[in-house]
Amino acid sequence: MRTTRFVALAAAGALAGIGLAGCGAKDDGSKDAAGGAIAVKATDTACEVGSTTVGAGTVVFNVTNSGAKVTEFYVYAAGDRVMGEVENVVPGISRELHVELPAGTYETACKPGMIGKGIRGALTVSGSSAPLTDNAALAAATDSYQRYVQSQTGALLDKTTEFVTAVKTGDVAGAKALFPVARTYWERIEPVAEIFGDLDPKIDGREEVLEEGMEFTGFHRLEKDLWTTGDISKDGPIADRLLSDVKEIVAKANAERLSPLNLANGAKELLDEVATGKITGEEDRYSHTDLWDFNANVEGSKAAIAALRPVLTERAPELVTSLDSGFATVDTTLGKHRAGDGWKLHTELSQADLKDLSDAINALAEPISKVAAVVAK
Amino acid sequence: MTEKRLSRRRAIGIAGAGVAGVGIAGVTGAALRGAFDPPLSAGASPSDAVDFHGEHQAGITTEVPDRLHFVAFDVVTKDRARLVELLQDWTAAAARMTAGQDAGVIGAVNGSPEAPPDDTGEALSLPPSGLTLTVGFGPSLFRDADGRDRFGLAERRPAALADLPRFPGEALRPEISGGDLCVQACANDPQVAVHAIRNLARIGMGVVSVRWSQLGFGRTSSTSRDQATPRNLFGFKDGTANLKIEDTALLREQLWVQPGDGPEWMTGGAYLVTRKIRMIIETWDRTSLGEQEELVGRAKGSGAPLGQHDEFDPINLKATGPDDRPRITETAHVRLAHPDQNNGARLLRRGYNYVDGSDGLGRLDAGLFFIAYQRDPRRQFVPIQTQLARHDGLNEYLRHVSSGLFACPPGVREPGDFWGRALFD
Repeated sequence: MRTTRFVALAAAGALAGIGLAGCGAKDDGSKDAAGGAIAVKATDTACEVGSTTVGAGTVVFNVTNSGAKVTEFYVYAAGDRVMGEVENVVPGISRELHVELPAGTYETACKPGMIGKGIRGALTVSGSSAPLTDNAALAAATDSYQRYVQSQTGALLDKTTEFVTAVKTGDVAGAKALFPVARTYWERIEPVAEIFGDLDPKIDGREEVLEEGMEFTGFHRLEKDLWTTGDISKDGPIADRLLSDVKEIVAKANAERLSPLNLANGAKELLDEVATGKITGEEDRYSHTDLWDFNANVEGSKAAIAALRPVLTERAPELVTSLDSGFATVDTTLGKHRAGDGWKLHTELSQADLKDLSDAINALAEPISKVAAVVAK
Repeated sequence: MTEKRLSRRRAIGIAGAGVAGVGIAGVTGAALRGAFDPPLSAGASPSDAVDFHGEHQAGITTEVPDRLHFVAFDVVTKDRARLVELLQDWTAAAARMTAGQDAGVIGAVNGSPEAPPDDTGEALSLPPSGLTLTVGFGPSLFRDADGRDRFGLAERRPAALADLPRFPGEALRPEISGGDLCVQACANDPQVAVHAIRNLARIGMGVVSVRWSQLGFGRTSSTSRDQATPRNLFGFKDGTANLKIEDTALLREQLWVQPGDGPEWMTGGAYLVTRKIRMIIETWDRTSLGEQEELVGRAKGSGAPLGQHDEFDPINLKATGPDDRPRITETAHVRLAHPDQNNGARLLRRGYNYVDGSDGLGRLDAGLFFIAYQRDPRRQFVPIQTQLARHDGLNEYLRHVSSGLFACPPGVREPGDFWGRALFD
């Protein structure tokens, strides 16, 4: 659902089709305030945005990727709060993003290769907007995060479909390459997925967490076969089940209404995931692609905090400062371990590297643990 | 903000109505530094509080309690102001915890249900238990391994805090040695000591990171004539000839940094050396009683020096046996460590036994966590340990696996003062 609380102008009503990756954004005929879509020409090195000043209201971007890398397009408010995004814009296609923007200054970003801060540009939105009430600010936060979840689940479905296809066609190398990428979208919204307790272990359960009589299925089952024996000839049914489980959880996640407290606790839980499972290399013990998950958990935590940012800035500005510096330290520390478009394997990191990462996560997780009480005030 | 400071004994049983607006306490650190309720004066009971404030830090000459949790930290921030702020926060939390209060101003059970408590809670309802917390600064705080002056302190590094030389036979593990800062927690209850270190580590997240830590039990030294001499895991009384709190003149000469020693910020402080000394217990236990006593230089039962009758009889290095050989051999531990053999150098020892489970080879991973305070390690620990490392017959049964060196500043004299303030002024 679109938030219209931001804007003083008469709302155009709830809009369908939020620029979801995966289904091709529908043009539902709503007219944006700027009078037509803004063309975004994305390549591997550039991000040309057709217009950098627009009027407040619904803004439509038409993103064309003429590069060789998969890209993403974001509109950020201060503190990298995601106002809207399209994921998984593969080379050669166009995607639309519809986003409701109140007056203010924003940044646009293309992320070729889906990594880093992206290629940024300024965007000014003019017009009038009423100040938010406290409750409206919280509602805006959950709406904003809901949009994030929807963008992630769309990409999760796309990439899981590709991964499953690779498994079923016996393409071991292709499946191995897709494994950490598909998981990225899962890991970013892991706390949401965990709301659905029965599906989570089927999709993401490690062998030792299964109860007696449960079959070992999901990502980690396929990971084990891909990396230990390399024999995926009998994994067709496992792959099919993974895809149907993911479809089910995506539908549930998109329908779930989260509370601001869910966001705050989710931000903390994502860092707990890192601290307990990714630092130790337990998560991806066969592929050792834990750093993909690590980064995705941090990004998911950042997205939840970004959604709450206006509320936190109002109520606890010092906390926001410490969160910003905590995230920056984690990004810098983790950034040392990039490898091409991805990450080093967990097994390539020394004990000292892991301790540095652990320290950075602990330093961020302590202030993050204080967010819930601020939100609950 | 309401600041309720409750002793842990009274915290239980108070209806924990959430204090309004406490969720962000601790974010600034200022909230951590509430006012301070002076504890009961240190009494004779093991459960009493030891006064945190004073000319010297508590935990040096304080009667040694039975339990230790020692921790060394690396400083992970580059920001001097954050380090100073941490020392202020730590001092406030230490003053509270040694008085038997919660680590934070809100407490373990009085805060918002949505917020993590600012005290971890495992010491709720436990008495102060003689808890002392003692801080020290390692050489690497002044200059790191690459020689960088990290916090503008390099000029203030004491000459006496010179890196220890390599001693023959040591097998130091770097990951459990050194550290930029240390905190020694001693208490009569292990839960109280662990609680203190755990909460200090938590307060320090993002500024410091635990490098290594050690639990100890069964003090191996006495620091007062009131205390019976305990035994180490070799089964021998240890610390008979230790410096004692009653030896006021000796303490000035051997323990406390005196005015003029330099640097001035250390006056009233002392230098700490820690050594984790693994004992090869199983082979020791197969050693005959006579050989054990000869190696140590004391009788195992009474603790008396060989050739004497009582534990506190003076060691007579010249006494000979019927065969005209010295009763205390050339390689006996007490001879090599004796002040007469080391230009009069003494140490204030307050070490602990440790058992870190077993080593997978069917042997106990056990030994002595040696702790010694002194006025100048270059004239005290270093020459004594050089002698021992070269000649001590006990070396066959010992492995030095960890080493630490720290400058422990003088005491926190009044509320508002903080650990190491003079160093950062």
